[in-house]
Amino acid sequence: VTATPAQIAAAVPDPEMPEVTLGDLGIVRMVEVGSGCVTVTITPTYLGCPAVEVMAADIVAALQQAGWDRVDVQTSLSPAWSTAWITSEGRAKLGAAGIVPPPLGPDLHHALAELVPCPRCASRRTRRRSLFGSSPCREAFVCEGCGEPFERVKPV
Amino acid sequence: MTGTALSRTLAAADPVTRLLCRHGDRSLVLSHRLQQCLTHAPSLEEEMAIANIALDLLGQTRALYGAVAERIGADGDDDLAFGRQASEFAPPLLVEQPNTDFAAVMVRQLLHDVWTRELWERLHASSDPFLAAVAAKAVKETTYHLMHATTWVVTLGDSTPEAHRRTQAAVDALWPFVAELFIDDPVSLAAAERGVAPRAADLRAAWDVRIGMILHDATLERPNDVAIPAAARPTAALREVIDELQELRRRHPGARW
Repeated sequence: VTATPAQIAAAVPDPEMPEVTLGDLGIVRMVEVGSGCVTVTITPTYLGCPAVEVMAADIVAALQQAGWDRVDVQTSLSPAWSTAWITSEGRAKLGAAGIVPPPLGPDLHHALAELVPCPRCASRRTRRRSLFGSSPCREAFVCEGCGEPFERVKPV
Repeated sequence: MTGTALSRTLAAADPVTRLLCRHGDRSLVLSHRLQQCLTHAPSLEEEMAIANIALDLLGQTRALYGAVAERIGADGDDDLAFGRQASEFAPPLLVEQPNTDFAAVMVRQLLHDVWTRELWERLHASSDPFLAAVAAKAVKETTYHLMHATTWVVTLGDSTPEAHRRTQAAVDALWPFVAELFIDDPVSLAAAERGVAPRAADLRAAWDVRIGMILHDATLERPNDVAIPAAARPTAALREVIDELQELRRRHPGARW
């Protein structure tokens, strides 16, 4: 069975969290095929996300490898990306990789006040070290149970 | 486009283009001021937070400058950041102010973020679809910036006498630059008339309420409103930022990553 261009684009790993794909994160918004040419529309998680250019290059490379020579990657800002677009499969993969998936509720204040269990030892004695982690989309925590730092995908 | 042609085209551009460019100038200058703090932050977490906020502001700049470049036929965002003289940038004086100490950096950010949080929220309903799309993303980013600045200002203000004194000094020193944020001019009024952006003055009431609450929590005093200090533009502070920002491009024309 040959993969469709939409499946190929969705299977490209995220450059900063390679455990999940661009499809899992809801970054690939649309894939159109027209007379030998593929147009992929992606949306950045944050306006300054430095990974967008790498994502576009990786999508082009993956499709070219599958024989699609003419690939165009467009960036779309609207509607704005939301962590609610991360698929349940994506959330499971994040968790397995030790990155806490974002809270599901829409209320930011509730999401920031809730206890975040440690993905390593499940202790609830965790503290937020910073709203800003190692990439624009993550926040930094430390677990007082096992003493290890961990990150959560920030709700937006 | 050469620098001269670019500045002539920009000066003659429609009000919406000029408004987009002005906000690009604002976020670029503030982003650069924050970048100057890197390697000086009080902790590793703070280092990452400042870098992230600077990156978000730079992303907002690139979106805004990209739209301006498209509207006036320039090559791209780099033209606007690197191809203009300091005198052609029009950021509010607040964001130019130097990083005197950590309290000044956080108070400057707070005064700015309360304003832009309100601004982006209103721009979400802009009649300009591009600006509305940028606003939808920027409002989420700015919410996090504002939470961060609020936490620091309250922590520092309601802390040791030394921290309180320095945070109050930062509020007092930066307060004179607040009034300018809410003054309308022909560009903002024309944009408001088209439903593209709110009038600058319309954001003041919400700003006052929120800042008042935060200053109260921080046990800081709200200074009396004073007239904007007269300053020849570009100020020395802005020239310093733009000189540093453009230095690589001047030394290595056409350099690319």
